Amino acid sequence: MGQATFHIWRGDKNGGSFQEYHAEITTGMVVLDAVHQIQATQAPDLACRWNCKAGKCGSCSAEINGKPRLMCMTRMETIPTDQPITLQPMKAFPKMKDLVTDVSWNYKVNKMIPPLKPRKPDFPDGTWHMTQEEADRIQEFRKCIECFLCQNTCHVLRDHDAKEQPMFGGPRFMIRVASLDMHPLDTEDRLKLVKDDLNIGLCNITKCCTEVCPEHIRITDNGIIPLKERVVDEFYDPVMWIVNKFRGGRKEASTRTPLPMV
Amino acid sequence: MDYTTHEHDVLVIGAGGAGLRAAIEASAAGVSVGLVCKSLLGKAHTVMAEGGIAAALANVDDRDNWEVHFADTMRGGQYVNNWRMAELHAKEAPERVRELERWGAVFDRTKEGKILQRNFGGHRYPRLAHVGDRTGLELIRTLQDHGIHQGIQVYMECAIVRLLKDGERVCGAFGYYREDGRFVLFRAKAIVLATGGLGKAYKITSNSWEGTGDGHSLGYHAGAELIDMEFIQFHPTGMVWPPSVRGILVTEGVRGEGGILVNNRGERFMFKDIPDNYKSQTADTEEEGWRYTQGDKNARRPPELLTRDHVARCIRREVREGRGSEHGGVYLDIAWIKKYIPHAAEHIKRKLPSMYHQFKELGGLDITTQPMEVGPTTHYVMGGIRVHADTQMTRVPGLFAAGECAAGINGANRLGGNSLSDIIVFGKRAGEHAAQYAKNASLGAINPEQLRDIEREVVAPFERPVTSENAFTIQHELQENMQDLAGIVRTESEMQQMHGKLEQFWQRLGKVAVSGNRWYNPGWHTSLDLYNLLTVSEGIVLSGIMRKESRGGHYREDYPNKSEEFGKVNIVVHKGSDGKMQVRQEPIPEMPDYLKRVIEANR
Ligand SMILES: Cc1cc2nc3c(=O)[nH]c(=O)nc-3n(C[C@H](O)[C@H](O)[C@H](O)COP(=O)(O)OP(=O)(O)OC[C@H]3O[C@@H](n4cnc5c(N)ncnc54)[C@H](O)[C@@H]3O)c2cc1C
Ligand code: SF4
Ligand code: SF4
Ligand code: FES
Repeated sequence: MGQATFHIWRGDKNGGSFQEYHAEITTGMVVLDAVHQIQATQAPDLACRWNCKAGKCGSCSAEINGKPRLMCMTRMETIPTDQPITLQPMKAFPKMKDLVTDVSWNYKVNKMIPPLKPRKPDFPDGTWHMTQEEADRIQEFRKCIECFLCQNTCHVLRDHDAKEQPMFGGPRFMIRVASLDMHPLDTEDRLKLVKDDLNIGLCNITKCCTEVCPEHIRITDNGIIPLKERVVDEFYDPVMWIVNKFRGGRKEASTRTPLPMV
Repeated sequence: MDYTTHEHDVLVIGAGGAGLRAAIEASAAGVSVGLVCKSLLGKAHTVMAEGGIAAALANVDDRDNWEVHFADTMRGGQYVNNWRMAELHAKEAPERVRELERWGAVFDRTKEGKILQRNFGGHRYPRLAHVGDRTGLELIRTLQDHGIHQGIQVYMECAIVRLLKDGERVCGAFGYYREDGRFVLFRAKAIVLATGGLGKAYKITSNSWEGTGDGHSLGYHAGAELIDMEFIQFHPTGMVWPPSVRGILVTEGVRGEGGILVNNRGERFMFKDIPDNYKSQTADTEEEGWRYTQGDKNARRPPELLTRDHVARCIRREVREGRGSEHGGVYLDIAWIKKYIPHAAEHIKRKLPSMYHQFKELGGLDITTQPMEVGPTTHYVMGGIRVHADTQMTRVPGLFAAGECAAGINGANRLGGNSLSDIIVFGKRAGEHAAQYAKNASLGAINPEQLRDIEREVVAPFERPVTSENAFTIQHELQENMQDLAGIVRTESEMQQMHGKLEQFWQRLGKVAVSGNRWYNPGWHTSLDLYNLLTVSEGIVLSGIMRKESRGGHYREDYPNKSEEFGKVNIVVHKGSDGKMQVRQEPIPEMPDYLKRVIEANR
């Protein structure tokens, strides 16, 4: 099928530049194959992350011609080869080396989220009753492979770098909270956390995160918007506020009506 | 010499399902735990597992129980399994699965609202708890999100290159951070190896770069024994086209949901070759097989769901004899089920979402209308570090192993779904016993000279002229050779030839040079992985030569049948005092009567 030219960003936290490489392209090849070929023949110290090569582990995120994508799921046939293809690391995270970035901040955010706190088991063997419909709703979020492409794309993190004060948890962790919040067995309240610590208010629903998600999770429509509504109900709705006061206790009070599937 | 030191009571090497579960358990016992992994947390092989996790929950078929699961596992392993491990596994898997649910896993459900279970090869009843075809992701994320709140210290993108000993017992591990090549020393009272498999010894594999047999090799060089190394699982259905995705797994779940194997004449060739010990359990007609996959309790399983070793060899035969598909595989057809059910396309997408996605994106093929092309791929290693069944301790005091890098439970062939259950059952046990061991031990002494020797060895490739050997080239050649000479069908002369080649590879490894610096340098990392790959390849080849019969994942053209004599032994390798690999046969301990009765009752 011929050759392709790549401009790959080479460097580390102190800076770097694009270097030119050439790769032989064969049928069905993906960008990650080309990177491996370059590694094996021209640049053995070219750094990139990968594991599964099948879009299942979320390791190989990078920006291909400026678009945040998984290198292992981007077929060469889908990219024009008449011009050089640029490959660079995700922009929103500190550079480590070449295509590898420091994504440790994401792990810190995850740790802030209290894990599942299930209600008492329904059955004597310690299990619960849960229907497939109930499971479906959160299984969508649980498909997340933690590629952090959505985090990389969200302008709040990418352009405003809101990783400290104020800190925005980012779309990945909004849906993580959503998956726990909508979990039929859960009894923990994380709404204050999403409002005050993960600052869900900073999201202005541009939906860019949803567009890049390789798992096609409807991050904004099914995760963030319902969460925002619940935060509003909980903290800003005067009627709910009084109801909450009366019932004393937040989690029980908040109406657990099924959230819309958009 | 420059390195940082960390001290823990228990150090777990590997953060797949086995390592995470071990770390959680050890931490719960109140000791300090360190957890090391080569990739980022949550990216281990476990994340790729698709089909499900085997546990006799009996949610779908109430005839299931631990005894049937045990008997299935032993039959699948052709009776050279460690029967005690198979027993513990079958008994404890259900509780480990329920525990996952407590920790947040969301499995697919039955109509009654319980955990749903699906059919898989070699399992008599629907037994695999699953989440579509991304069960491994659910398992690892659940353990990860639970584990990070248990006070475990995680060291990511850190690779261990050698274990350290104080006299007989293990006392530490030495490694480097991938990010910048910094060296690191872990001192620990007990160490758990949970490093997964070694598929990267072969050219066509479903494994990632991580599968280089590090734990096998670390354990071996530290004095532990390896057993059953000749038993490699070649999964029958890997992708074969396009070339760049060759080897990527196509889950057995496709066949569990009714998918059939067809050759280029449109024949369902699996019906032609059914082993005697499975005849009574296999469907007579296409229609009966279909009913089985749809949960009819009176139907028997279709021949596509025979054990993996057998299906893989049948596919190879079809291809060899000219009945293969366009690109050298056979056809796997799930689209045909439209003959039986309406809305088949939607059904397939819901049951096998990631397979649909994988073929669509990587193969440009719609599995709801077209057949897939599949062929065998190196998938799993049954062999590994020999451990005590109950405690998972190796013969090196303080050194434990669990998960794919440990051996015993699977015998000559692993049943699908038995690995995800294995890793959490024995991960837990390893963590528990490592913690117990650590509570009664103190930190061992580190020998600085030994550290300097290791460092010298590890940085040596930077000091050689760049014109000498390239690590990637050696790795490729090794993989090609292992594929050809010690692959799915083996002979004495080819394995001998491979053994000779390994000697040359060892010599070439001594000449590998790498360019650049120690910052995230894949060339350097590959050169270090080669040490492990060569070690395990040698184990495979020497064990394979010794087992002069065909059984499970070890098929020899020169000894195509099972032999009673070899059915009574395991092959064991260890490092001799001269540094050379020693191989021997060892009788399998007699199975106690109560287990023999279980097997008889489930014939
Ligand atoms: C594509 C695919 C699909 C599968 N599907 C199924 C299925 O449906 N059901 C089933 O039961 N089984 C399945 N398996 C098998 C199963 O996934 C694995 O056997 C199992 O996950 C192994 O788990 P583990 O914890 O032992 O090791 P792994 O998950 O492989 O983890 C190994 C860990 O060790 C670390 N490590 C390795 N070497 C070093 C070192 N030198 N230093 C530091 N850390 C190190 C790695 O970074 C990693 O964290 C599948 C396997 C594959 C590849
Ligand atoms: S919708 Fe919100 S989270 Fe998603 S990219 Fe836009 S601002 Fe970021
Ligand atoms: S939500 Fe989607 S884009 Fe974001 S990390 Fe998960 S898989 Fe990646
Ligand atoms: S390598 Fe796993 S997602 Fe690309």
